[in-house]
Amino acid sequence: MAFAAPDHGPGYSFTSPTTASAPKQHGFYPYTDNGGSILGISGADFTILAGDTRSTSGYNINSRMAPKLFRIGGEGPDATGARIILGVVGFGADGAALKERLDTIVKIYRYEHGKDMSVKACAQRLSHLLYGKRFFPYYTHAILGGIDEEGKGALYSYDPVGSYEREQCRAGGAAASLIMPFLDNQVNFKNQYVPGSGEGHDLKAREVVPLSRNYVMELVEDAFTSAVERHIEVGDGLQVLVVTENGIEERISPLKQD
Amino acid sequence: MDTLVSRYSRPAFVDREYTAEDQEDAYQATPSLSLQFALPPVSQASSWLRAMTDDHSNPSCPIKIAHGTTTLAFRFQGGIIVATDSRATAGNWIASQTVKKVIEINSCLLGTMAGGAADCQYWLAYLGMQCRLHELRHKRRITVAAASKILANLVYAYKGMGLSMGTMCAGVTPQEGPALYYIDSDGTRLSGNLFCVGSGQTFAYGVLDAEYRYDLTEQEALELGSRSILAATHRDAFSGGFINLYHVKEDGWVKHGFNDTNPIFWKTKLEKGEFSNVTAELD
Repeated sequence: MAFAAPDHGPGYSFTSPTTASAPKQHGFYPYTDNGGSILGISGADFTILAGDTRSTSGYNINSRMAPKLFRIGGEGPDATGARIILGVVGFGADGAALKERLDTIVKIYRYEHGKDMSVKACAQRLSHLLYGKRFFPYYTHAILGGIDEEGKGALYSYDPVGSYEREQCRAGGAAASLIMPFLDNQVNFKNQYVPGSGEGHDLKAREVVPLSRNYVMELVEDAFTSAVERHIEVGDGLQVLVVTENGIEERISPLKQD
Repeated sequence: MDTLVSRYSRPAFVDREYTAEDQEDAYQATPSLSLQFALPPVSQASSWLRAMTDDHSNPSCPIKIAHGTTTLAFRFQGGIIVATDSRATAGNWIASQTVKKVIEINSCLLGTMAGGAADCQYWLAYLGMQCRLHELRHKRRITVAAASKILANLVYAYKGMGLSMGTMCAGVTPQEGPALYYIDSDGTRLSGNLFCVGSGQTFAYGVLDAEYRYDLTEQEALELGSRSILAATHRDAFSGGFINLYHVKEDGWVKHGFNDTNPIFWKTKLEKGEFSNVTAELD
């Protein structure tokens, strides 16, 4: 049977068969949108990545505990001692494949060079990994976090074919359009002005300062509880990974289950 | 005891059983910047790719690739001005307002980015690598003509595969002086004095053509580059964010800031009386 992407409406399910009247596009449709959202914020000496743990297919919830955040590098299958984290949303299988490839590369780098790969190098390698499938893309939006060579929090975000940029914060996935404007306002203080600093066009923009870890944790939780209220593909659990110079801390807390 | 220990212990990372090549094969971790791309298992890879990623012909395409831009570059008596906006869009979604669309290939060569963000980033990085190799092999910097031709030949080899890029190479060499080339993914390669590229190109041309002279002073040229991008960000929905300004001089390029358009817009309006179509009333 032929399968194709719907040519209108929300792209929730890509596995519905083409109706007889719709123009036949292509028989080959290897992607499913597994929903969910991720978000990353970098601070002065830490980077936080968060993601929900729901996995959907169309309107079905297939899993309530399918993490989207992974440790990259380190030793062994549970990446002991890793300092790099990866978040991927979109098609779960592509995300898993991408994570597996990057993890292998970072591990081999350590065996070959006897030192850990820098986040900067890892970020560029991930870009090339994605671009290697330019003509058969990974259906993913990736965010990479770590600590840079100066000890500062580093965060890189990617489009499906590997264009990347280092940023302070980034939301990805189903609820990106809900979370990202909130982050622009609360992390980069977009459209915030110092009260009484002038009249009308003379108002001074609020100065951007690095946020504390506890404050960022609160922002992350607010972003996700709000996204859960308004997006059907987000919910069940919240996985948070925090990288600092001392390692990676993980926390999983419940979100609404409906 | 010590002799026993030294006999049976080996330092870490030496005497590996297999070579780097073997490992590459085993893990299929292709080296970075390789020219081997995965292809979908269909007969018409490019039309399949278009169905999946071309937002223009199929607005509900599942994979949205970052696009949209205004970039410009022009030659004048003091060198070359390169200016861009910083917005990236994926469909109607503003994916980023902080994209660096001027890519620093080396200290004397700049590339600009319009079209697919990943295509430009990747291939201009590849061009940077080729330029460095040329430098090492020939003991002198590559000319802008040669650099732009590497890129043009490269994209021509991929013609019809779905690459999307409109780029300008601006640079200075002792042989050529300041040189400017336009290259796009169709394989076009043109040298010229003035180019605008991207969805906002027409708006930028409107301002640039009206005010452009070859004998512009440095200050006037920088101001004109910035003003042309401002006009484009105002009228083109796919352009916006920050204005990225560069000046290519005889001894290399100089960066002239990455400035938010919003305060520049209000400054231009209120201090120079331009943009009189927009009201400044606050209530």
